[in-house]
Amino acid sequence: MERNDLKSMEDKTIDKLQEKPAQEKQIERLVVSSSPHFLRDENIHKIMHTVVLALLPAMAASVYFFGLRAAGLILVSVVSCLLTEYAVQKLREKPVTMWDGSAIITGILLALTLPPGFPYYAAALGSAFAIGIGKQLFGGLGYNIFNPALLGRAFLMATYPVLTTTWSEPLTKGVKAGVDAVSAATPLALMKFEGKMTSHLDMLFGNVAGSMGETSAIAILIGGLYLRYRGYINWKLPLGYLGSMAVFGGIFWLINPTKYPDPLFHILAGGAMLGAWFMVTDMVTSPVTPLGQWLFVICGGLLAVIIRLFGGLPEGVMYSILLMNAFVPLLDKHTRPKFFGEEM
Amino acid sequence: MANNTLWHEFKKGLWQDIPPFRLVLGTCPTLAVTNSVINGIAMGMATLFVLLCANITVSAIRKIVPGQVRIAAYVVLIALYVTVADMFLAAMFPPISKALGPYVPLIVVNCIILARAEGFAQKNPIMPSVMDALGIGIGFTLSLAVMGLIREIFGFGSILDIKILGDWFEPWIVMILPAGAFFVFGFLVALVNYLSIKQKGKKTETVCH
Repeated sequence: MERNDLKSMEDKTIDKLQEKPAQEKQIERLVVSSSPHFLRDENIHKIMHTVVLALLPAMAASVYFFGLRAAGLILVSVVSCLLTEYAVQKLREKPVTMWDGSAIITGILLALTLPPGFPYYAAALGSAFAIGIGKQLFGGLGYNIFNPALLGRAFLMATYPVLTTTWSEPLTKGVKAGVDAVSAATPLALMKFEGKMTSHLDMLFGNVAGSMGETSAIAILIGGLYLRYRGYINWKLPLGYLGSMAVFGGIFWLINPTKYPDPLFHILAGGAMLGAWFMVTDMVTSPVTPLGQWLFVICGGLLAVIIRLFGGLPEGVMYSILLMNAFVPLLDKHTRPKFFGEEM
Repeated sequence: MANNTLWHEFKKGLWQDIPPFRLVLGTCPTLAVTNSVINGIAMGMATLFVLLCANITVSAIRKIVPGQVRIAAYVVLIALYVTVADMFLAAMFPPISKALGPYVPLIVVNCIILARAEGFAQKNPIMPSVMDALGIGIGFTLSLAVMGLIREIFGFGSILDIKILGDWFEPWIVMILPAGAFFVFGFLVALVNYLSIKQKGKKTETVCH
């Protein structure tokens, strides 16, 4: 916001400059302002809508693999997020910022983590929780401790444990869409409970059972790389997280290759890709210092692998990110770089 | 006038000093045992009984107990009444006793009881202490019942084990988990604060006019 204010202040000054005669122009050109002096033409709207654009491939993949119901779920989640944002901000008598795009992203991300056969009312409930409790209760955008979409997903996991773990095969495997679709196990569940491996190629393109948006690794990767190209995400976060999962997963794989999956499986399966590119990189809930970011992603990857291999759940990405989110204020506080000459 | 103060001692426990939401005391049983209405009421009644007995005794012996050992004396007394309540529940209502688990014996360390003994009964005669115990105890029971009501409706779709929501309702499992207790508790504290701020605003308005 401050940047915007500064920006608009400068705009005004420039407008004034153009009106004034030449002599005064010379004097007024001395604009006194505090740093930063180089301003980019960017604001919350623009960043958020670019993220929505980056999520398009993943959304398209989910509709391709799971049918129009996937689009319906995304729509329900987004609408519910927007309405909740509007309602809470009206109730708290705060300026309504429902169109700044952040609620849309929360809705899309939450929908992408749900199984395709998930009921609409439950998706609406989860979205309302994500925005109402996960974000607005903490004070709105920028003040939330946890990633709202993941918090909504965790709430749904605790509220409807059966519905959130009922997966169906993708349409491309020749089954009917909707709630009646044949239930199927995700690659991670197959690995954990039945000891079966899924082909890497199927996981890369998304031809497997799973949450709507997380099955197609390549679609997410395209979106993530686009965000990186636009400079909205720090490469340390997604690559560090995936790298940490691959390294720690790889250590167990080397110990016992028949029992534990290989590193590539780890980063292609489940929510690893979606989490690494769109949730770990959440600007609000990730650390700002370089050391803090490294610790954040390394510990997060380790936690995800531990939960996957030894925990009670097949997938650990969600809880690993949420747990690490809780540590972000602490990481930021203790990894602050020293001023020159400062004693710690 | 005397009746008025007695009535005041009773009334304050129901809203102004309602234990879990305004004093934020006794939150442990409030969060732990309120997954159904009946558990909440049973827990509240057990606490009410202990609170009443403790307040009466503490008030009666307030002049003979030396100040230095008063807390120890109160705890022994409270432990006595808790044992009675625990055994009574176990003998008469075994299923409820089982559901409440260790939380009935834990009434001994419930802050409400010691706080009322230390903060009220040891300074006041028996009658006000009785009214205080009744007010706070009933306020506590009501709070637990409301918590239990909300959690039972959402968590099981029922009230007092009678199904009120049809088969279309998919129970919110989270509501009967500890996390749900914190959500409901937070919302109720916020609601009570909101209402009392509103009330206060009205009062000052009438004073102004």
